[in-house]
Amino acid sequence: MSDQPNRRDFLKTVGTVGASGLAAAVGADAPAEAQTPAAAKAAPAAAPVSHAYTFLTAPEAAFIEAAVDRMIPADDLTPGGTDCGVATFIDRQLAGAWGSGDRMYMQGPWDKGVPTQGYQSPLTPAEFFRAGIAATNAYCRKTLQKDFDRLASDQQIKVLQDMEQGRVTLDGVPAQEFFNLLLAATMQGFFADPVYGGNRDKAAWKMIGFPGVIAIYSEHIKTYRNKKYDVEPKSILDLS
Amino acid sequence: MPTRLNEVDVVIVGLGWTGGILAKELSEAGMRVVALERGGMRATNPDFAIPLIRDELKYAVRNALMQNPARDTLTFRHSPSERALPMRQLGSFLPGEGLGGAGVHWNGVTWRWTGIDHALRSHYEQRYGKAFIPADMPVQDWPMTYAELEPYYDRFERTAGVSGKAGNLRGIKQPGGNFFEQSRDRDYPLPALEPSYSQMLFGEAAAQAGYHPFPRPCANASRAYTNPDGSRLGACVYCGHCERFGCEANAKGSPHITVIPKAMAQPTFELRTHSWVTKVMLDSSRKKATGVAYTDVSTGQEYEQPAAIVALCAYAINNVHLMLLSGIGAPYDSATQKGIVGRNYCYQPGGGGVTLFFEDKIFNPFMASGAFGMALDDFHASDQFDRGAMRAIGGATIAVGQSNGRPIGYRPVPPGTPRWGAEWKKATAKWYLRAMNIGVTASNMPNRYNAYDLDPTYKNVFGQPLLRLTYNFLENDRKVVGYVGQKAAEIARSLKPTSMTNSGTLGDYNIVPYQSTHNTGGAIMGTSPKDSAVNRYLQSWDVPNVFVVGASAFPHNSAYNPTGPVGALAYWTADAIKTKFRTHPGLIT
Repeated sequence: MSDQPNRRDFLKTVGTVGASGLAAAVGADAPAEAQTPAAAKAAPAAAPVSHAYTFLTAPEAAFIEAAVDRMIPADDLTPGGTDCGVATFIDRQLAGAWGSGDRMYMQGPWDKGVPTQGYQSPLTPAEFFRAGIAATNAYCRKTLQKDFDRLASDQQIKVLQDMEQGRVTLDGVPAQEFFNLLLAATMQGFFADPVYGGNRDKAAWKMIGFPGVIAIYSEHIKTYRNKKYDVEPKSILDLS
Repeated sequence: MPTRLNEVDVVIVGLGWTGGILAKELSEAGMRVVALERGGMRATNPDFAIPLIRDELKYAVRNALMQNPARDTLTFRHSPSERALPMRQLGSFLPGEGLGGAGVHWNGVTWRWTGIDHALRSHYEQRYGKAFIPADMPVQDWPMTYAELEPYYDRFERTAGVSGKAGNLRGIKQPGGNFFEQSRDRDYPLPALEPSYSQMLFGEAAAQAGYHPFPRPCANASRAYTNPDGSRLGACVYCGHCERFGCEANAKGSPHITVIPKAMAQPTFELRTHSWVTKVMLDSSRKKATGVAYTDVSTGQEYEQPAAIVALCAYAINNVHLMLLSGIGAPYDSATQKGIVGRNYCYQPGGGGVTLFFEDKIFNPFMASGAFGMALDDFHASDQFDRGAMRAIGGATIAVGQSNGRPIGYRPVPPGTPRWGAEWKKATAKWYLRAMNIGVTASNMPNRYNAYDLDPTYKNVFGQPLLRLTYNFLENDRKVVGYVGQKAAEIARSLKPTSMTNSGTLGDYNIVPYQSTHNTGGAIMGTSPKDSAVNRYLQSWDVPNVFVVGASAFPHNSAYNPTGPVGALAYWTADAIKTKFRTHPGLIT
């Protein structure tokens, strides 16, 4: 959606804004995004999507919104990743315990090792994301003269595919590992309970037919063999 | 300075299944027992209440009920020539932490191991000749027979409320049960659960092919149940939030609703949570333990708890770590093959399974139970299965479970589908309800290089060396997975799916994706201190008032889940302490 007004354009227009100004500004962004035809078709009738972030800077948020919209494009099935709250989810996860390296062994010394030895970066996940975004943008500027979020959709898809396939070398950040972390966080945001800010209006659960959290199937295990179980999914958010 | 406490009869390190069983049995026998659990208290209500327990992100992805690697983890390398690096976050396996341990968040698969497992080396030598066992594969018999352990298997099944169908009652084959199982004195306490549609399809196809499918035994109660101790279990509601979660219905056999409350009712029992044992203390002879040193991780205060008996009942990995940190037994060195503690580490190769996609079938994967399944043992427990044709030792079970449809983790798409983007979305929406999996779970034989020792570089928060794991899958594993995987694929093809994945091949062991929490060995049991760390009562040969209870005692890993024999051995050891060691302290003969 490079031809749509986005966060970066807005910032250029208004110049430097404070945090509260930014939140108000991106709130105003939402109606414009919802006017894209496919998204409008499937958009939930809920309140406008919050684009308030606490961890991501404006350029970082622009990157994440673009990436999650390519990974989860708007179509007849669901709105795009950003409108499903996936960028919000990622921001909150990065700002929270997981992003800060909670429940991770962070002591040195560090060595790259082999991929089957797992995560070996000295960075917390939040720091790793930050470095990954910066390095990907640097790569895009070098090869395509623009930051990632300013590229055309098909260019963005190509960059992501190249990272996924290990065809890209980023400065200081393992591209494939960053891609995998970004993809995992995106899928978590899309499919986790909406209480975490993603999966808005349970769009992902409706898409696949996951009924959510009540899950009492003592009789259904017999009566729904080879039969679709059509119910409105229920989330923690619904029951709280 | 650590605070020195009053001596007790028994100090138990870790309060999961094994610690819970010992705590109950020994305190009911009048012994003064203190259990030290490094995690916190937990109770079904409120800790596992709906709706908060149905949080896939918190429990299944962020591992809320598990050990925190920031405090203690292990390092890993594939071979001695590689540099071991810390497992910085959990992945491949998930040791539990907190009251009930992994017994809270397990799925509940509860096997009795096969007659072949109990007499592994003897069986292969007799049937295939001594040369069939490779020189670098130190397999050995268990130090007790299946028949000796049978009453203890039964006791654990009764305690945990296992649902299943006997296949062999006192030597007489029973239709519908496991044709290849060893003789049982009586049936499971509960009938099998209702099978899923996927399990029914698999069962029919497997029977058609001449195999012997049966409902997999599971500690998911098929109906409300009161166990012999008077503990009450609810009926499984097929909620699909079992493994990695606590059960809100009390339908999963777990120590926090069975043996632990019984121990806590005894005036001779005391539980201390947040109590992290750093070392078993030995006297100057180093042949006798005087108790344990621990830290209250909520205050930082250090304590010494003197005890006449020390029972290591932590997770299998942590039992071995504590032995090495305490200097109990000679540490194993794979270069010289000298020493004992740390050898015979085994795991559970998977990867041979296939996923089937059907345009015209609906499986509702979210209607699920942790452990129920339709399994066949024709390539594992069966002695008729000729390992000469496979040219490998061991075997694999083939099974269709249906443990969950939680969508962060479970999103099957046909082979060739991208992992994201428009095409991925369409495929996910289409196939989520229309896929089923046939799993292959392989045994794992020991190898001289697959072992634990202490890491020379990395430390835990107490400044102690991390445990170092050296492990990889080997040729024997590849043959088993390849051979049985093809059998699974044949059954799958007979179901005529719209499409299916290929049975995978086994590459290098990868510590990142979850595989199973079936880590065995390191403090293995045997008949002589020359080839084992503990004797047949799981008693340290070197320090006889230390008992090391759990899957750390297994000399190899079966193609089965470990908890059945883990529970049985805990009862067996508790009996030995009560009836033998208590009156005659020293090595039990």
